[in-house]
Amino acid sequence: MTLTTDKTPQAGRRRFRTLPLHVVLIVVGAVMAVPLLYAVVSGFKSTDQLSGNPVGLPDPWVVSNYTDILGSGSFWRLVGNSTLIAVATTVIVVAVSALAAFSFARFAFRGREVLFTLFTMGLMFPFAVAALPLFLLLRSMGLLDNPLGVILPQAAFGLPMTIIILRGFFREIPGELEEAATLDGCGPLGFFWRVLLPMARPALGTVSVLAVVTSWNNFFLPLLVFTDSTWWTIPIGVQQFQGQYSADTARVFAYLVLAMVPALAFYSVAERQLVGGLTAGATKG
Amino acid sequence: MTSTFLPDKRAGSGTDLPPPPADPARGRARRRAVNWLTAVSFQVPALVLFIVLVLLPILFALYAAFFRWGGFGMPSDYVGTENFTRLFDDPVFLGDLWRCLLLVLLSLAVQLPFALAMAVLLNQRIRGRALYRMLFFAPYVLSEAITGVLFSMIFAPDDGLADQVLDNIGLGWVGGEWFSDPSTVMATLFLVMTWKYFGFHMMLYLAGLQSIPKELTEAALIDGASPWQRFRNVTLPLLAPTLRISVFLSVIGAIQLFDLVWVVTQGGPDHHSETMAVTMFQFGFKRYQVGYASAISVVMFGISLVFALAYQRFVLRRDLQGATTTMRGGGK
Repeated sequence: MTLTTDKTPQAGRRRFRTLPLHVVLIVVGAVMAVPLLYAVVSGFKSTDQLSGNPVGLPDPWVVSNYTDILGSGSFWRLVGNSTLIAVATTVIVVAVSALAAFSFARFAFRGREVLFTLFTMGLMFPFAVAALPLFLLLRSMGLLDNPLGVILPQAAFGLPMTIIILRGFFREIPGELEEAATLDGCGPLGFFWRVLLPMARPALGTVSVLAVVTSWNNFFLPLLVFTDSTWWTIPIGVQQFQGQYSADTARVFAYLVLAMVPALAFYSVAERQLVGGLTAGATKG
Repeated sequence: MTSTFLPDKRAGSGTDLPPPPADPARGRARRRAVNWLTAVSFQVPALVLFIVLVLLPILFALYAAFFRWGGFGMPSDYVGTENFTRLFDDPVFLGDLWRCLLLVLLSLAVQLPFALAMAVLLNQRIRGRALYRMLFFAPYVLSEAITGVLFSMIFAPDDGLADQVLDNIGLGWVGGEWFSDPSTVMATLFLVMTWKYFGFHMMLYLAGLQSIPKELTEAALIDGASPWQRFRNVTLPLLAPTLRISVFLSVIGAIQLFDLVWVVTQGGPDHHSETMAVTMFQFGFKRYQVGYASAISVVMFGISLVFALAYQRFVLRRDLQGATTTMRGGGK
């Protein structure tokens, strides 16, 4: 947070000049924040209160909406499923992409550019294009209602972006290091494992954060793959909950808020990696 | 495992390695082959995943689009291009195309300029800018499905926050049915999309703005350029590569829009917010007209492909020396 301390005589004039800008920012900030705050506050009302007093503060504050959800196993099951799927997707996509990116960055081999173009093409195609045949394929492989049916395709669709970011990073590592490692008796795999990966920790962090967020928020694929509730993830659970308790609005708000907390908490600790990764991915892809 | 990769470089340490070949040309060819195998072996896991789960499904959709098929067994009832002619006679699908175009135009005219204005604003030394940046970007990390449920409740007719607030400030006539009214559903969806996504574009622009050397705008300042002239003639041209990427992502996003629409309206009322992906989902997963739904996938694929190639050819080409060199794999 940059709290500019104006110490010059022009400070007053400067503040006056920026006043309209502050007004704009406060208005936009309010539009961004109010939907979220409204959901939090509404979760503390009973549904009767909410229809009688939709905009005011709760009176009294009702915590049972939140505590009931937190006390039920079904919410935690969604959290567990989403976590498992996100972690497994991330491990697979980062490991597989790191190997490929290593080969793209450190070897000159015939067919390299063709192969790389093939992967970058993947960035341009909407997932929706492949959704239907992918579903048929997963069904024939018996992967419906199986977490692998979401994990593997998510990893596959995450490859292009991850490979592009990691390749860029691997290329910046000086060739002398590789020569030194070779002289010390490291083969390519040894160099990759003992030198490149430890040095690439920031880049690995960035792509992991991207993969976790993408998996966490995925809706389309779990919707197709998980026909029964055993493996439902949070986005599916929210949609189902709204359908089930549509009359109990306050409870749905509480559910929404709790469903948003993990993503927002993750964002607040990994903001730098997330924003850095998205901007790097966008400008390099 | 490592010892097989670079036998020539470890010749001194191993006894199991063959002696250096007598013919240097043959030796080089063999080394190249070994290197090629090494390099490609690292690609194998990624290639297998990518081919099986990304490329094959897309190719299969291309094939299935020429059949009348319910999705069980292999497609056998070949119908030629019937699915496609039917598609382009279907007012719902033509509406999908129009709505896609509408969202793209709205994004270009409203969302992206707004994101740019916010980026320029927050690129200055202004109190609380880190907080604003974080707040504006925050909705991007929420799932579209969760965002959809949230706004379906905020825009609930009469009881929702939007109508309540408008009533209280005497603007009740502005409010209405939002998502349930065919004439306002797209505008409301676009409002939600802007809420969720402008912060992402803003962050891209901020990254772009920060890479512009300060000296350039300062030089323009010394030359007596007005703030608008500095923006128009210095900042904007230098930001062009970032803008082009952001437009690209925005269009690709509009082509594949699904989650938000599915959660909020399922394409209703009466198809007025349906997108290509929603229509595909309806036919493929609800009505089991898999051949027809595949044709929709193929058209989406075709639109993305034509757009991506044309964009790369005519728009991104100018950036090849800049931000997007890696797209063509500049080599080392």
